Amino acid sequence: MTMPGIEVVFYTGAIGLIVIGMAGVLMVKNVFRMLLALVLLEAGASLLLILSGFRETGVAPILLSGHAAGQLMNDPVPQALVLTAIVIGVGIQALALALILRIKHRYHSLDMGEIREQMEHDIAVNSGVVSPASAQSPEPGGHHHG
Amino acid sequence: MIWIVSFVVFIMLASALAVLLLPNLIAAVAASSVVSLSLAVLFALMKAPDVAMTEAAIGAGLSSLLLAMALRRLGLWQLDKEQESK
Repeated sequence: MTMPGIEVVFYTGAIGLIVIGMAGVLMVKNVFRMLLALVLLEAGASLLLILSGFRETGVAPILLSGHAAGQLMNDPVPQALVLTAIVIGVGIQALALALILRIKHRYHSLDMGEIREQMEHDIAVNSGVVSPASAQSPEPGGHHHG
Repeated sequence: MIWIVSFVVFIMLASALAVLLLPNLIAAVAASSVVSLSLAVLFALMKAPDVAMTEAAIGAGLSSLLLAMALRRLGLWQLDKEQESK
């Protein structure tokens, strides 16, 4: 029985993370959990990028004076790119959290369906298609006429 | 070596599933922090020490701090109640 190479295991992890994250982004109803799934997707993408510069016998890309001549390094370029991507990812996360806080403040809900309904109603009201009192609950605090 | 990597990958994928499936949002945030930490271990095993350090500090530390503080401001910081889609 031949063992699979170590790269196969790494690829399994990266692609698994991407699949799980994408399924979460597409299928989850709660907006906060959707953000968590986006973070997973991003982690999988960075793992895949690092994997593109990975050598099984390579050493860490640090130049030392006693570096052996025949030893190959891992590719440092994807590592530098991923370093940037991680930091930008936290920035995206903070922006998304600010948007989620605004949504909660405005619509008092985190459920995707409710937010979409209320948002469509708001758009219809603002563009004058529906009069403000008609579509939602019957007049606030009032009774029907006769 | 390959067994260590398989173990860490297994933990990472299991907690990634837990992020989506756990009903409590605090637990989901903790699970995403576990994903980041095991990703940092994988980076260190892949001979990318700088990326591993950054991922452990920013991905696991700062990011879960942000998520937890936002969770508190959203008013979802409840330990034992179902609050999905509240």
